[in-house]
Amino acid sequence: MHIVVLTKPVPDPAAAAERLGPDMRLDRAASPAVVNGNDEYALEAALKLVEAHGGEVTLLTMAPPGGADTMRKALAMGATRGVLVTDPALAGACVRSTDEVLAAALRELTFDLVFSGFDTSDGNAGVVGAAIAARLRLPYLSNAAKIEPEPDAGLVRVRRITPTGYDVLEAPMPALVVCTQVLGEPRYPTLKGIMSARSKEIASRSLADLGLDGARVGGAAATTEVLDSRKPPARGATTVVRGSAAEGAAAIVSLLASRRLI
Amino acid sequence: MPRFWVVGEPNADGSISKLSTEVATLARTLAAAAGGEAVGVVVAAEPDRAAGELAAYLPRVVAVADPGIARHAWSVPAAERVAAVLGDDADGHVLLGAGPDGRDVAGTLAALTGRGVLANATAVRWESRLVVEMGAFGGKLVTSSGFKTPGGIVTIRPNMVTAEPSAAAGVVEGRSPAGDAALPRVAVMDSVEEAGAAAPIEEARIIVSGGRGVGGPDGFELVRELAAELGGAVGATRAAVDSGWIPYSQQIGQTGKIVKPQLYIALGISGAIQHKVGMQTAETIVAVNRDPDAPIAEFADLLVVGDLFDVGRALLVALRERTG
Repeated sequence: MHIVVLTKPVPDPAAAAERLGPDMRLDRAASPAVVNGNDEYALEAALKLVEAHGGEVTLLTMAPPGGADTMRKALAMGATRGVLVTDPALAGACVRSTDEVLAAALRELTFDLVFSGFDTSDGNAGVVGAAIAARLRLPYLSNAAKIEPEPDAGLVRVRRITPTGYDVLEAPMPALVVCTQVLGEPRYPTLKGIMSARSKEIASRSLADLGLDGARVGGAAATTEVLDSRKPPARGATTVVRGSAAEGAAAIVSLLASRRLI
Repeated sequence: MPRFWVVGEPNADGSISKLSTEVATLARTLAAAAGGEAVGVVVAAEPDRAAGELAAYLPRVVAVADPGIARHAWSVPAAERVAAVLGDDADGHVLLGAGPDGRDVAGTLAALTGRGVLANATAVRWESRLVVEMGAFGGKLVTSSGFKTPGGIVTIRPNMVTAEPSAAAGVVEGRSPAGDAALPRVAVMDSVEEAGAAAPIEEARIIVSGGRGVGGPDGFELVRELAAELGGAVGATRAAVDSGWIPYSQQIGQTGKIVKPQLYIALGISGAIQHKVGMQTAETIVAVNRDPDAPIAEFADLLVVGDLFDVGRALLVALRERTG
């Protein structure tokens, strides 16, 4: 079985240093990059499946050239190889360009399944997976809490989380699956994994390699633009109450009553 | 004349979702400001009830009956039917709820129509163009964005708009699906209801949430009791969910849900950035924590320093005395 996992380098949320530059694009120098947290869950799910069924995991990333550094960490978790789509024309790419480019890169690969994370911690849109599936006419199975491929039958079954439980979905492979955290916590890379990741292949692809025109995808063809950005309004001062439990409870009740919440 | 299309999401019982009524109210406001038209689209096997309910908020609703859709995952065929209804209205904006189904439809529709997407809007205004306010980087920044193309797709977070029916109910226009669907449909083999499925936390007015400090599944009993007493929903941090104390559906934060209730009560939650991004826009935040220096002390309105069980039980008693 061959699984492609879409991974995106994002500014480290824990560093809390994200800011936009004068061009209203992410100031990448200001904030260290990490693999998007939800993509690590997708990768973990893929690794478990190839451990059970045999096969390989390919990472697919669209990022500036430095994206290769964050891909190494995902390779250290156990992915087989990586494909990095990188091109100066992609700076400032919008969602529409991203799905078009990733779909073009996937057309060059052979796979049974494509996994994407639930969303990314920078933009939070979570729409690229559905758009790629539509472009490639792949069955789209989202919100997965469990993924059960049957390679012999050429099928995949997915538990899709619903507001009241789950639906069991079934589709022929190849298919695209959007993973959730319920699939299980990502593993930490082992020292051996880190060592072997250094020599794993990361193939670099430009827009020209993919047969795409830099004037029609990427920053020049962005469908959206950021007009301005600001810090969210600061919250008011915090009232701190120490004392007995009853005093604490009374302080809460009094605040809720004054704000007509009870 | 700019059009604002609202994709209505039917609930399992055939009614319209609350979030769709919020989105419809917003679309009506935008249409009034832009001198345009707001139109709803409902795609379902039997769309009449949801379309009728949505028409309380919009002057016109297109109901597309697609009998086969009930046996399939909804979002992809629904997006195809919506794209057909949009037809050649390239200037039209499409508004959807920012829930799991809405985002699925938005992604599919983006690929089908070539529109850009602005996701998880917290406010949308008309200023001779659509201006969409969103949080970026988990709410550390607030951005205003616009489309560079004539039409775009916007998903709207729950609880950003108060749903208000229009003065006069709109008309429902029944329509048969046009043409064959080109995208593969995914079969739903089974639908399983899980016992104890809680109210969706995104729509809750009040949320009582527990973190690592709750200590175990039994500890969540107190969180549940408090939530029930306040008429709210139960939330949790990733640590509590990863420990298996409470289902993922209740997780708030970077890898969970983003909520904006009127009241958020955080019990035994330190307020690390990963959780903060999911709840920092709550109107009132109350925290109970042993550690007065926990990060949540920086953004709560009220911090009670103490044991969450002692304070939580005392709070339960005090609330019950009030309601008597």
